[in-house]
Amino acid sequence: MTQAAVQTDTIEMTYREAVKQALRDAMKRDERVFLMGEDVGRYGGCYAVSHGLLAEFGPERIRDTPLSESGFTGAGIGAAMAGMRPIVELMTVNFSLLALDQILNTAATVRHMSGNQFGVPLVIRMATGAGRQLAAQHSHSLEGWYAHIPGIKVLAPATLEDARGMLWTALQDPDPVLIFENVMLYNMTGKLAADAGPVDIDKAAVRRAGRDISLITYGGSLWKTLEAASALAADGIEAEVIDLRSLRPLDDATIMASVGKTRRAVIVDEGWRSGSLAAEVGMRVVEQAFWSLDAPIGRVCSEEVPIPYPRHLENAAIPQAPKIVAAAKAALGRA
Amino acid sequence: MTARADKPHLSREHMLELLRQMIRIRRFEDKCAELYTQEKIRGFLHLYDGEEAVAVGVIPVLEKRDRIVATYREHGHALVRGVPMKTVMAEMYGKQEGCSRGRGGSMHLFDAATNFYGGNAIVGGGLPLAVGLGLADHMQGHNLVIACFFGEGAVAEGEFHESLNLAALWGLPVLFVCENNFYAMGTALAISESETDIHRKAESYGVVSEAVDGMDVVAVEAAARRAVQAVRENRKPYFLECRTYRLRAHSMFDPQLYRDKAEVEARRKNEPIVRFQGWLQANQMIHPEDLSRIEAEIDAEIAEAVAFAETGTWEPVEQLTRFTYAESDASAIGKMP
Repeated sequence: MTQAAVQTDTIEMTYREAVKQALRDAMKRDERVFLMGEDVGRYGGCYAVSHGLLAEFGPERIRDTPLSESGFTGAGIGAAMAGMRPIVELMTVNFSLLALDQILNTAATVRHMSGNQFGVPLVIRMATGAGRQLAAQHSHSLEGWYAHIPGIKVLAPATLEDARGMLWTALQDPDPVLIFENVMLYNMTGKLAADAGPVDIDKAAVRRAGRDISLITYGGSLWKTLEAASALAADGIEAEVIDLRSLRPLDDATIMASVGKTRRAVIVDEGWRSGSLAAEVGMRVVEQAFWSLDAPIGRVCSEEVPIPYPRHLENAAIPQAPKIVAAAKAALGRA
Repeated sequence: MTARADKPHLSREHMLELLRQMIRIRRFEDKCAELYTQEKIRGFLHLYDGEEAVAVGVIPVLEKRDRIVATYREHGHALVRGVPMKTVMAEMYGKQEGCSRGRGGSMHLFDAATNFYGGNAIVGGGLPLAVGLGLADHMQGHNLVIACFFGEGAVAEGEFHESLNLAALWGLPVLFVCENNFYAMGTALAISESETDIHRKAESYGVVSEAVDGMDVVAVEAAARRAVQAVRENRKPYFLECRTYRLRAHSMFDPQLYRDKAEVEARRKNEPIVRFQGWLQANQMIHPEDLSRIEAEIDAEIAEAVAFAETGTWEPVEQLTRFTYAESDASAIGKMP
């Protein structure tokens, strides 16, 4: 996978390196910022994202934790309420379930139930997604669940620019922000502007313009969707690809503008179909752009099965470009 | 009388203040129970009847800049900390003049002005938060003490163990105060824990730990002085197990099928107000007119609080979604992302 955009003054790097640059930049810019999580220091990060930061910033600010997801997530909440700007790394979304009480019952509720006296300016990062043959307990895509929760914001950086730029903006937010990094993106290489910096965290982006159909996606599925769009172009179908970027809040305006133009939509989401983020996006299109639609909305989601270990079954369980192409053609009546 | 920080001040004035605070909590909550039956207060209502010596013994020992994390049985803690009774009562009513704008109710009293970081209604949920407040202080160097109250039911939660480990491992200034009333709702300690000597669990994490008679306000205060001083000087956690007893039901919905009335009656005879008042009388430290004056003052404060809550206002429904997120400007009101 490579980035399409090439700018004049750019540096080639991986998504992993872009996240690390964002962490390093935040640590340098604000002494209140610190990174806390399992194996973030001496091990260098489960996905090597924080490799080298311990030597640069020391063990107080690159803080290894025991395997106590609820404990250190809650500690991040408390530290944030007391004026720090913690970045909690939960390693993967699978383990975030052990911290769900703190995220949902405390981080998301404190501002409201304290009558706006206390806020939780906390950033929680975690890896998400399938594709590495890690089987059912290590392959979840639960960002859609988190997007269900009022009181938090949910981001899914799919590009190097967003991997580099979303963190600082999230740290400036007075409320909890969850950042989901798809595991299949860490090794993705591309060109990033040498002066890349903070980006907005509340707008969707049109990654490919097109007139025939809107393909709405986020995170790791963006690249599969762009691949599908290229395949569709070979058949004379010009797909517009929307990268949601922020899963909560959702940028309805960008979605509706696209659907209003193309009159057809397929939503691509690595979460399971039932009760998915794709369901939410689809329903919003129905509510807000029903009369613009020329065809039923399509969805490409994960199959309703725990993610299996064998490669061929895992590949079949999650969205892939051929499925997206087929769904787009079905929406266009060209199946 | 020495001025040592770890010794209680046994002056008459101080003793009367301890008694006054316990009676104040008791009478406030008696009023709350009455208002609950009148349906002025709704939802869950967890009363502190019998446990007052813990909050009254510990909280005044803290400094104003210190921080407190409490549970859903936290009316007493808020009152002793100095959250105005009228805003606590307005919160119970759900009025926007309440200490949490009415958004929280009985279980979620918050007050930034007194560093009161909330009633938390998830058992054990406040402990990691207290660890985080301690971590922030560890990194900021303000030399605060974070007092974290929780019941013995929380000891069964993983968050208890995670939090004690983190606080000890990182050397955080957290005073863990276990209010052991021997029942987690209706489940007795003996049928829920393999080790019922709670303070030993803290010892196993290398945390200095002691158990104290939580029905004896002077003993609690003495222990709290030792504990707070140790946390302030050593920048390490300290664990105080206060053995107490809940004389009323867990909440207003609890028929108390799990314990004998005789057990409750026996404990009622030794409850902290009766006990302390009797001790003061036996030692001629209190006169009948002191008691009537204290009770009259408290009754007036309660009457004022009820009047304040009664005349309080309901937040307009148009503002329902406010404070889900921070508001950057007034136009954000009512917007739902």
